[in-house]
Amino acid sequence: MSKPTIIVVGNGMVGYKFCEKLLARSTQFQIIVFGEEPRHAYDRVHLSEYFNGKTADDLSLSTLSWYADNGIALHLDDPIQEINRTEKTIHSLKGVTLKYDYLVLATGSSAFVPDIPGIEKEGVFVYRTIEDLELIKACAANAKSGAVMGGGLLGLEAAKALIDLGITETHVIEFAPRLMPRQIDSAGSNMLQMKLSQLGLHIHLNKSTAAIVGDKKIQSLKFNDDSQLAVDMLVISAGIRPRDELAKLAGLHVGTRGGIVVNEKMQTSDEHIYAIGECALYEGMIYGLIAPGYEMADIAAAHLTAADKSFYGYDMSTKLKLIGVDVASFGDAFITEPDCRTILFEDTHKGIYKRINITNDGKNLLGGILIGDAEAYNMLLQTVNNKIVLPPDPEDLILGSRGGAASEGAGVMNLPDDALICSCEAVTKGAICSAVADGGVVSIDGMKKCTKAGTGCGGCVPLVKDLIAGTLKANGQYVKNVICEHFDYSRQELFDLVKINKLKNYDLVLDHYGKGDGCETCKPVVASILSSLWNDVIVKQEVIQDSNDRFLANIQKGGTYSVVPRIPGGEITPDKLIVIGQVAKRYGLYTKITGGQRIDLFGAHLSDLPLIWEELIDAGFESGHAYGKALRTVKSCVGSTWCRFGLHDSVTFAIEIEDRYKGIRAPHKLKGGVSGCVRECAEAQSKDFGIIATEKGWNLYVCGNGGSKPQHALLLATDIDKETLVKYLDRFLMFYIKTADPLTRTATWLNKLDGGMSYLKNVIVNDSLGLAEQLEEEMQALVNTYHCEWKEVVENPAMRKRFAHFINAPEEKDPTAQFEPMREQVKAKGW
Amino acid sequence: METAIEIKWILACYVDDVPENGGSCVKHGDEQIAIFNFTRRGEWYATQNLCPHKQQMAISRGMIGSTGESCEPKVACPFHKKAFSLLTGECIGEEELVIKTYPVKVADGKVFVGLA
Repeated sequence: MSKPTIIVVGNGMVGYKFCEKLLARSTQFQIIVFGEEPRHAYDRVHLSEYFNGKTADDLSLSTLSWYADNGIALHLDDPIQEINRTEKTIHSLKGVTLKYDYLVLATGSSAFVPDIPGIEKEGVFVYRTIEDLELIKACAANAKSGAVMGGGLLGLEAAKALIDLGITETHVIEFAPRLMPRQIDSAGSNMLQMKLSQLGLHIHLNKSTAAIVGDKKIQSLKFNDDSQLAVDMLVISAGIRPRDELAKLAGLHVGTRGGIVVNEKMQTSDEHIYAIGECALYEGMIYGLIAPGYEMADIAAAHLTAADKSFYGYDMSTKLKLIGVDVASFGDAFITEPDCRTILFEDTHKGIYKRINITNDGKNLLGGILIGDAEAYNMLLQTVNNKIVLPPDPEDLILGSRGGAASEGAGVMNLPDDALICSCEAVTKGAICSAVADGGVVSIDGMKKCTKAGTGCGGCVPLVKDLIAGTLKANGQYVKNVICEHFDYSRQELFDLVKINKLKNYDLVLDHYGKGDGCETCKPVVASILSSLWNDVIVKQEVIQDSNDRFLANIQKGGTYSVVPRIPGGEITPDKLIVIGQVAKRYGLYTKITGGQRIDLFGAHLSDLPLIWEELIDAGFESGHAYGKALRTVKSCVGSTWCRFGLHDSVTFAIEIEDRYKGIRAPHKLKGGVSGCVRECAEAQSKDFGIIATEKGWNLYVCGNGGSKPQHALLLATDIDKETLVKYLDRFLMFYIKTADPLTRTATWLNKLDGGMSYLKNVIVNDSLGLAEQLEEEMQALVNTYHCEWKEVVENPAMRKRFAHFINAPEEKDPTAQFEPMREQVKAKGW
Repeated sequence: METAIEIKWILACYVDDVPENGGSCVKHGDEQIAIFNFTRRGEWYATQNLCPHKQQMAISRGMIGSTGESCEPKVACPFHKKAFSLLTGECIGEEELVIKTYPVKVADGKVFVGLA
């Protein structure tokens, strides 16, 4: 017997998800998919990212071969024209006629285009498909001003797209008296409008467009109040209209205002035909979000495979970032007194508005709105959906968890097991925790593979991460504070013990305070402590140094090393550039500019390292410590010496700072930045310490980092002079060096510090511990004992001898270290 | 009955070629052998230099140490910190990875490795 045939009409996100869900449940069907667009299914939710450099391929939900691999026949660029329900056949535009056993309509929606005179003029667009985006992009190249009709969620997305395309004057026209009328209230809209206006968006509320004026091409918009607005282009985003024309033609029931009527199993009035996604009308409602669309796809797939699952409506809570502003709306956002009590928080300085609606007895959360800061969204939504009893002071929910990250994590772990964490893929807290506890998942990537949680809109990712960390911790798989099996001390304790007892080498430390023979964990920790205390040449104790510190270079694929000479502040003379070029050529090195404004030379054989450094040192270079848990770079913008906006000389300051702290070992790498004005071109706020020029002096920010969990640095002191700043920085860095756990960046260190930033400020600025003078002295001692460790090696024959791959054939290189050509340079052979 | 396996001892290097509590790599024909001078224990070890995890010639550049109640000597590859027992060559925590080990003897400041 041949397999029953299912034809899917529409290859959008929901149509694609249906195929995926059906395959997961059964392979007993022949699946045929028709798509109207020339592309296979792509991520329409993140469509605007197409303008920030994402390609159509990046947005694709799968590869083309995925369809073939799963036996799905895919017809693209071929819309279905007709359904013959008596014959159970479909006919496509290209003339394909096929028989179906079941038909799934996932035709989606189109942009609603109001009937306004002049709507057909050139320069008027909708915002729906990649093709629309390409038309908009082409037009925007010659446009200076543009307007978006519609101030809803999609309209504001479209406005962002226009800004991204370089339209300097972008307007948003909204008919209603507020922005995003379906999601937020007037106070929230006011706050959002204020934030968006600051970002250069012109917002017009209560405006009804009467006509689009222009010859062939749009020239201006005419409004009902007789005012006019000259624009070069217009994007219409006035809502969506379900694509029900095919269903209507086939005689299926459709709603009076559009939409294919479905039951709780997603069946239309013809039991062999299903409708899912934005074209489906369930109990008078169109669900225009991705999560309910995916849920419908799963329900249809379930029903076709005789599984029991029904649709009961869907939570339309949503969180998004609009032009950099967080906006969220959840639960019952609009309910008002006397049916509830409302707690409001408004901060016009920072542009934050928060509203939560709680039951009259204060026990449960009903819903709310967040503008400007939606970090609490996931927890608040969970609190609503799981009817979690509120704390005695429910205002804590929106005023921030003042206890820091730890208490937030605990809150996540208190959720019931059936709490829905990822609503796109319907993954519960229980499933996530058991993937960690039983499936051995430890990372968000692993979780995506294992449960698909976080693969849809991505909004739940922070919550999933907290659950992974929380479950690991609960199972005792938590990194204990002691260094390793050989030392029963924290790094801070060992630091003090080594200092007080003036221990100068690893074996002495191990004999006094450890047991066994050490390992690859405690050796580098002790090496770092010894270095931070006594600042001796690290290669004198080469065998306790971590991989890269041992040979003062970064080990790369194939066992060769990369070399990074210090280029303080990113400033370099033409002569030094030439030397780097000559060295790279002579030793066959691949060269690349790093993120820290210096030059990395890759592919150096171990035995070539001293030769390379001999040449670099001769030309005046020093080690860049790219291999060490030490200061890397102090990035700078060009500052007042050249820049017309610069307030002070940021390059000079960056060089001074980099020269001051270079070579100092710390629990983890350190990066700094100095910007000459508030435009912040040096990205100083993403560094462990960031310095930004002000009219009156400098602002000092600390404890930021990029990496997998980016965190902005926080303001430590304002409008201070250079001398004070260096003093604070001395205290801050030394305090961090002495107290942080191994391999803990300043940001993580601060997150774990009791009392957080206010405590740190007290210690550093107000000297609350009475340590300031001591910290400054200790730092000065390190600064005074600086040495270039590569210079020490180059000048010392015994140390140089260690830089050989074969100790019995030092002139020979490792024959297994191999390269492949790439763009006129080389790369390491893959592993 | 005992089977005597003929061990061929080769001169690998000199004692001061290998840093105390560290390793060096010796070339023997096409083979690369990692030799460890575990001074803290007064012991010498030798293994293959190739880390089987990503096929990198790097074991000799790894840090040595001990693990567990029995203080089993081990070496950790510098690439991804896979740790191998210096006694058995087994990867600690990942049994499917194993490296070859060789007997070592030291005489007159010379280090000899035994090849089967």
